[in-house]
Amino acid sequence: MTPTDPDTEAIEHRLAAGRELDVEPSWRRLTDALVQRAAAEDLLDVAVERHESPFGALMLAATREGVVRLGFPDEADGFLDELARLVSGRVMRAPRPSLAAARHQLDQYFDRGRTRFDVPLDWRLTRGFRREVLTVTSAIPYGRTLSYAEVAACAGSPRAWRAAGTALATNPLPILVPCHRVLRGSGQIGPYRGGTEVKRRLLSLEAGGTADQGA
Amino acid sequence: MPSGGRRSRAPVPPFATVLEQHGRVLLRFCISQAGPDRGEDVFQETMISALRAYDTLKDPDAVRSWLFSIAARKAIDSHRAVGRAPVPVDDVDVIRSAVSGGDPANAAGGEIWRDVARLPDKQRQAVGLRFIADLSHREIAIVMGTSEAAARRNVFEAVRRLREDLTDAVR
Repeated sequence: MTPTDPDTEAIEHRLAAGRELDVEPSWRRLTDALVQRAAAEDLLDVAVERHESPFGALMLAATREGVVRLGFPDEADGFLDELARLVSGRVMRAPRPSLAAARHQLDQYFDRGRTRFDVPLDWRLTRGFRREVLTVTSAIPYGRTLSYAEVAACAGSPRAWRAAGTALATNPLPILVPCHRVLRGSGQIGPYRGGTEVKRRLLSLEAGGTADQGA
Repeated sequence: MPSGGRRSRAPVPPFATVLEQHGRVLLRFCISQAGPDRGEDVFQETMISALRAYDTLKDPDAVRSWLFSIAARKAIDSHRAVGRAPVPVDDVDVIRSAVSGGDPANAAGGEIWRDVARLPDKQRQAVGLRFIADLSHREIAIVMGTSEAAARRNVFEAVRRLREDLTDAVR
């Protein structure tokens, strides 16, 4: 034995130094490749992307069938968890053609270059009467509005305006399914998933203004 | 996509979150077991396997041990595939430079992984799980499917051998 014998502690120290291995330089490349392969092997149940908008960063999610959820900035925190709970745990941040189409069309819409959306939608996060209400809502033309009672009547239950309100408040696809075009009978603007201010700005945009703040 | 019986189980975390929380340390573990290049392949294989089997994950709290047990298995497959060939020198250099942070005084710290690569499978795994992944002996036991005492012994034996290797090298 020589006096330079490394002791156990020194060995463990050297081994533990491996924890500092910096993987950031290759992380993006590796996760991109992973996402690509997951898509190629049909393992990607839900693809999620962020999309910058005049209202801040929107969250968009799509299944194989189409766009399944649009979230406003204040919904970003629980967004992935909600999808894992309600759709599938196989959620990844990844591109998908339906998401690309939705993002492009949203940009056009915010620039007043589009009045209707033409992207595949997956309606699985709504059902029954709520779904009826949203189907009716999706047919309200750009720049026009209906009242909660009118929407309820169109969905087949004239007196269910309160339930119609709930359906609209829980719309999983706001903007794409234009629940902002449904107002209180009194003409008051009514509540909105993304906040009353966002609803007011969307209505102002469609009335010929812009989506910008204070327009 | 499963639709039945979903509500009766604890919700699984979104895979994106699992990747974000455990991915980097898992990648370091894979590199410690198979070197930088093959380590990246092992990482990729591990994640694809995990994604494929994600439905079968029974206990969401055990997702970390579950991932490491997949990675440990994939690393063994990779190790077998290349036989007993020593880790290419380039690989060792990458680990060394990463570990030493450019400080020549610490440069020897990286070399130790060349010796780790030559350890028996169980000892190599145990060392990676203990020192790279920072798992407790209890969790190492779960990952490797052994008793806690066996996990402790695997780590101990590995460190003892590495000490002997270094002593030999010095002599």
